[in-house]
This record gives sequence, C-alpha cells and structure tokens, in this order.
Amino acid sequence: MSIDVKDLHWSAGRRAIVQGVSLSVAEGETFGLLGPNGSGKSSLLRVVAGLRPPTAGRVTLGGTDIAQLSPRALARRLAVVAQHATTETAVSVLEVVRLGRTPHHGILSPWTATDDAIVAAALSEVGLSDHRDQLWQTLSGGERQRVQLARALAQRPSHLLLDEPTNHLDIQHQIEILRLVSRLALTTVVALHDLNLAARFCNRVGVLQDGRLVACGTPHEVLTQELIARVFGVAAEVAPSAHHGHPHVQFLMEDAG
Amino acid sequence: MSAALVGGRGWLALSALAALAALVFVIALAVGIGKMPISPATTFAAVINGLGLTDLPVRRIEAAVIWDYRLSRALVAALCGAGLALSGAILQSLLRNPLAEPYVLGISAGASTGAVMVMLLGFGAGTLSLGFGAFVGSLAAFVFVVLLAGRGQSADRTILAGVAASQLFNALTSWIVTTSANAEQARSVMFWLLGSFAGVRWPDVALAAGVLGAGLLTCLAHARALDALTFGEDAACSLGIDVRRVRIVLLAVTALMTATMVSIVGAIGFVGLVVPHAARFVVGPDHRRLLPATALVGALFMVLADIVSRLIGAPQILPIGVVTALVGVPFFAVILYRAKGAE
Repeated sequence: MSIDVKDLHWSAGRRAIVQGVSLSVAEGETFGLLGPNGSGKSSLLRVVAGLRPPTAGRVTLGGTDIAQLSPRALARRLAVVAQHATTETAVSVLEVVRLGRTPHHGILSPWTATDDAIVAAALSEVGLSDHRDQLWQTLSGGERQRVQLARALAQRPSHLLLDEPTNHLDIQHQIEILRLVSRLALTTVVALHDLNLAARFCNRVGVLQDGRLVACGTPHEVLTQELIARVFGVAAEVAPSAHHGHPHVQFLMEDAG
Repeated sequence: MSAALVGGRGWLALSALAALAALVFVIALAVGIGKMPISPATTFAAVINGLGLTDLPVRRIEAAVIWDYRLSRALVAALCGAGLALSGAILQSLLRNPLAEPYVLGISAGASTGAVMVMLLGFGAGTLSLGFGAFVGSLAAFVFVVLLAGRGQSADRTILAGVAASQLFNALTSWIVTTSANAEQARSVMFWLLGSFAGVRWPDVALAAGVLGAGLLTCLAHARALDALTFGEDAACSLGIDVRRVRIVLLAVTALMTATMVSIVGAIGFVGLVVPHAARFVVGPDHRRLLPATALVGALFMVLADIVSRLIGAPQILPIGVVTALVGVPFFAVILYRAKGAE
C-alpha cells in the first residue's frame, strides 16, 4: 500500500517546521528523505508516523487517513525505527524484539507460538538469532539499529519509517542496514544524510529545505550539482558510478560560490 | 531474560511459592512479637481456628491478642508494603526514571499538609480523622502535579511538577506546624509522618486489601503498555499505545494507592524506591512478572521492617519510616553509583 502525504504542515509552537509537503511513495518503494540539518526530516517523519498531529494536511496509508486509525491499528500497518533508541532498563535482544508484537495483543490475549515464530523470523532477518539473550546495553551501535529494525519487522507492518538509521555507524554497518532495508518488500521512507547511500539504495528521493520539499524524483533526476550547491551549500561533481550505475557525488571541499 | 536470575517457568513458579511461604512465615513471626510472645505454631492454630476450620487448643487470651491486635497489624504492614512498592514500580516505568517513587509526585508532602490541617487547625472539627486528612492532602498534591505538568504529561515535566508540589506542601506543613503547634503536638505530627502500624484494625485491612487488589489488577492490565515504554514515549506510541491515557490512568491508580496507604500508616519512604529494583533484579523487566513480584517483595520487606522496628529499639518502637530509610538510603547510593558507572 502506498503512503500519500498531502499539503502537510506542522509547527512547534509558532515556528513552522514542516511547510506544505506533498509526496507519494508507491507500494514496495524505498524513498529517501534528504536535506541539511534542521530541514525538517525528523519532524516530517514523526507527523507521517502519527506521533505528532499535523497542523494542516493529511497522511494516508493505502487511501486510509491515519487520523481515522486507532493507535493500535496504525501500529499494525506502520513501524518506526527512531534515530537513537535508548533505555536504562536491562532488556535482552529477544525482549526488545518481542515488543514488536505489542499492537497485535489486547489485555487478555495470550502470547502464542505464532508470535514466537514471527519474532524468531525477524531476528534471523537481521542476522541476530545468536544474540537473542544478549543485553541491550552490551550491543554496539550497529547491533542496536538491527535490533530496532527486527522489532519493527516483528510488528509485521506494510510500511516502514526510518529516521537516519545509519547515524553513528561505521561504513560497513551503514551499508549493511540499508541493504537490508532496501531488500524488504515494504513501503519505506528513510531519512538519510549520506547522498551516495541514498543514491545507491533508494528508488526515489525527496529533498527538504526549511521544511519544504524542493525536489523529488529518482536519484538521477534529483541529485544534481546545482541542487547540491543550492540546498547543501557545497560544490560537488555528480557522475554515474562505474561500478553500479547509480549517481555518485564527489564533494569538492570548496564553497559552492 | 538474561538480565535476571531466571531459569525458566518452573523456576519462576517455585520462587513465587517460596516467596509466598516466606511471607506467611514472617507474618507469623511478626504476630509473635510483643509483650506476650506467641509461637508461630500457636499463631497458625489460632488463625485456622478463627477461620472455623479446626478446633485446636489455643489459650483464649492468645487468640484474642492475635485476632484483635497483631494479625491486622501484620496484614496491614504486608498490604501497605505491597501497595507502596507497586506504586514505585509503576512510576519508575512510567516516568522512565530509576529514582522515581510515590513521593516524587509530592504525595507524601500533600499527605503531611492534610494531616496537620486536621490535627492542628481542627479542620473537620473532630469528625475527620488524621488519615482522611492525609488522604485528601495526597490527592490534592496529585491534582496539583497533573495540572502543573500540563497537557502533554511528559515524564520530565511530571517529575519537575512533583518536585514543585513537594516544596509547596512541605512549606505549608512547616508554616502550619511553626505557627499553630506546641512541642507535644509537633512531636506527634513528626511521629505520625514517619509511619506507624500502631492502632490499625480490621477495617484498615479491608480498605488496604481492596485498594491494592484493584490497583494491582489495573496495573497488570497495562503491563504490556509499561513494557512498550522501555524506549520512551514516541516508541510506545509507535507500538500502538495511547501513552497519554495510560499515563493518566496509572498516575491516578498510583496516587490512590499511595494516598490510601499513607492515610492508614503515615508516610513511609523508600519502599517504593528499593523494592522494585530488587524485584527487577530477580524476575527481569517484563511487567507481567515484575508487578506481582514487586508487590510480594514489598509485603515481605515491610513486615520485616516492622519486626526490626519493634526489636532494635525495644521497649520503644522505632517509627517504621526510620527503618525503611536506614535500609533505603544505602540502596539509593548504590543505584546512583551504578547509574554513574553506566554513563
């Protein structure tokens, strides 16, 4: 099912953070959300996730307005991986992934073998089956992101939102996470800083600047020298990679002038 | 469940049974202590006789002391310990703060103000008990905190509002005591505030049991929501939890449980802080296990504290809050030390 965002606005107090964003993500597509710090990527994701009510506009999942869905019904369709999940509770990997089944259970419904199977499948999908008893506090940053991704998969959603999942990860783990995400048959929106990773792993990308969507299309269409200079203020050369054909951005370490 | 000393379901059931047996045993011990020492065997005999199950030989005076005074006292200690510990566990999870306990919401301060208003200013002119004043004061502090925390009821704002409520109500209490009380009254207020099981009777047992039962059921119904709060409010929302509703329901349950316990036995601190951490260490963070375990350990802790308070200062009875704090403060220091180590 698609994600459709129509003329979305969101303000923090009097400050307008998201200003009239409209975009459409097709079923099964991986959509990259790009933009400099403070451009409103995280805020847009929070509003799309239903965590903040929009000031104006609407978000629909497969034609259903998320405002019409109960929190539980929404959580069964859409899962969120936050930028930096923290807890002081001594929880194991298995316990974190089991949280993903929360929206599928009422007060009295018992935990079933199906739940166990879904949790085991999610752990195996992110390659952490052998770490199920390890404590969250002892995991590396990359492992924590994979655990959060497994928890999101255990929700069995049709839609997935990820807020800079590669932050603080080394390059190997960045690639690992994005390869995993792009392989999933889910309608996905992922906020990213790295333009090359976005070009490599996203079907389409959108660029935010000051809360407005200033470009949207395939990485080839969007990631141009002109746009990078205008939005990020950095001079760059963009050419198709000889290796995989996707656009490759090389920063020139000079002012965009 | 690697965080805990757990080896499976059988192990859990066995420890639950062992803890229950231990609770029954310490209650029997507590009943035995006093000017007329009574053996646990006699206590058991008197209790099952009283329930109409047997007709074992027990001296009438012993049966009367057990049924009229000591059993109700021990049961109230167990129920209050369970209620305060459960409130602490809920607040620590809800506010995501390992140092949270019932009094972080200013409930103790509100209870004190309510109690001194009845005791010293004569509110209710003799028709209202000290306990009722404390109950109203606790709820007033809770309403103050909810209003001050504002619409979002976020964890940080709730804790800050609780600190403000504590300051305000403590100031009011000091004001009333310094302007209205003579030395004797001030001493009795102090003694009451530090907690005492003296004078509790069967109606108190019924009240505490009813409130604890309802509170425990409500909290268990929200166990999954509390689990979902492990990674914060947004994470819980994205798992389908209506965080604002859960927060208001559970804060209200906590306030009601604490206010009831405080109105019966006075403001006993640190049980709500210490016990949930101990229970978490044994059964892990899953709230469907943690909440009953916390209630059980809280009951055990409080009955033991009552025994200690009557033994170490004998023939004087130490205020129960003094005993719980003497155990609680070192524990508090250990938590702080460990939290610092984790940074």
